[in-house]
Amino acid sequence: MTTVSLTVNGQSVTKDIDPRTLLVQLLREHLRLTGTHVGCDTSQCGACVVHVNGVSVKSCTMLAAQCEGAFVTTIEGIAEGGRLHPMQEAFREHHGLQCGYCTPGMIMSAIDIVNRKGTALDEATVRHELEGNICRCTGYHNIVKAVIAGAEAMGGGMRQAAE
Amino acid sequence: MYAFEFHRPTSLRQAANLLAKAEDGRVLAGGQSLLPMMKLRLASPGTVIDLGGVPGMTGIERKGRSLVIGAMTRHAEVENSPVVKEAIPALAHLVSVLGDPAVRNRGTIGGSLANNDPSADYPAACLALGATIVTNRRRIAADEFFQGVFTTALEEGEIIVKVSFPVPSRAGYEKFRHPASRFALAGVFVAKRGGEVRVAVTGAGDSGVFRWEAAETALQGRFVPKSLDGLKPSTDGMNSDIHADAAYRAHLVAVMARRAVEKALRR
Ligand SMILES: Cc1cc2nc3c(=O)[nH]c(=O)nc-3n(C[C@H](O)[C@H](O)[C@H](O)COP(=O)(O)OP(=O)(O)OC[C@H]3O[C@@H](n4cnc5c(N)ncnc54)[C@H](O)[C@@H]3O)c2cc1C
Ligand code: FES
Ligand code: FES
Repeated sequence: MTTVSLTVNGQSVTKDIDPRTLLVQLLREHLRLTGTHVGCDTSQCGACVVHVNGVSVKSCTMLAAQCEGAFVTTIEGIAEGGRLHPMQEAFREHHGLQCGYCTPGMIMSAIDIVNRKGTALDEATVRHELEGNICRCTGYHNIVKAVIAGAEAMGGGMRQAAE
Repeated sequence: MYAFEFHRPTSLRQAANLLAKAEDGRVLAGGQSLLPMMKLRLASPGTVIDLGGVPGMTGIERKGRSLVIGAMTRHAEVENSPVVKEAIPALAHLVSVLGDPAVRNRGTIGGSLANNDPSADYPAACLALGATIVTNRRRIAADEFFQGVFTTALEEGEIIVKVSFPVPSRAGYEKFRHPASRFALAGVFVAKRGGEVRVAVTGAGDSGVFRWEAAETALQGRFVPKSLDGLKPSTDGMNSDIHADAAYRAHLVAVMARRAVEKALRR
């Protein structure tokens, strides 16, 4: 057993774990945060993407024990005060999902793209940046639309439009 | 994944001691190769030593005529580093087409080199640029370091600390990516420094990264794509698998090499 202390969605957590526990297992099985999904378990699909210290990470490809002192944000941690995050809202608005299995990872990756590339994104950039996120339903078209709109909204575009 | 003992040393010396003491120990860097292998039970170390808490193993620095990158430096840092883009833009490009953003946020240069996957990108850059791999014990020239598929000159208990790249006058990297895995079906790194030209090929050879000497000689004459006209590596020693046969890989190497030279000249 090993002990790990980290912050998940703003709350500090300390757990005794088997060292082979993956971050995604800690989140889903120990903390019951089941929004983060496991699609492949072979590091390819991106359904398990969360943010660790502010950057996107495949939580099926990181040991929980590697997260000592880390700040982790999952899909459950991005809405504020009962209001969806602008990227979540954009996926709803643009029908960026069908079964929804890939969606938590898509949204966490999308926010990471905006953090790195800014709020004005073009289609080619979004498609290249989403290479690590696989969707078996949508054909990506509406996902790309949603990410571009969500990025704009994160820059304040949505608020302006609403006013 | 089989059970293992986990350690998080806080110094290089401590990490080396733990590694020496462990019966079947492995260091863990970004985990982007080791953890998938452990899940598939292709690797089953009894002890895992996380380098994540070891200070002094990250960072990018221009030191005179060399670019020095710490072993634990993440792919994303190299991709976005203004120092790398200024000194060796081809290296920043190479990392930008490696894997996907989440992989680049975790994976490290040291892990990639120690792993020496026959389709990995960094080995091609190291070999073409004539890099030196610095470990906790010695300095190893790239020409000696890569010894075949998943095989390197690293001895038991040896840890890569940093990599030093001589800055070339021109360099370019082009790869034909496997569309699903993004690893190279064929990747070619060309580098020119003074009168010397080196051409390294990854993804294609059946014993891992190699130097394509005929192309080097041709480019030594004139460093232009035309010098490679009619040149193709032999299919002997080319990898053949479900993704591409030897003839196709040899063809891809020739095409990627020309494109890499074009790229190198564009700067
Ligand atoms: C979906 C996906 C796509 C990928 N696509 C590409 C690609 O297109 N091109 C490419 O090149 N790579 C690709 N990779 C691999 C990626 O680059 C890995 O990050 C890299 O190969 C290993 O680096 P790491 O830091 O994750 O090492 P780890 O997985 O932690 O370790 C790998 C091996 O190196 C050893 N090791 C690690 N650090 C050191 C050190 N400092 N000294 C001595 N030994 C050490 C470990 O013991 C282990 O044996 C991909 C990976 C994934 C999951
Ligand atoms: S479940 Fe982690 S990448 Fe697919
Ligand atoms: S919506 Fe079903 S996998 Fe993407």
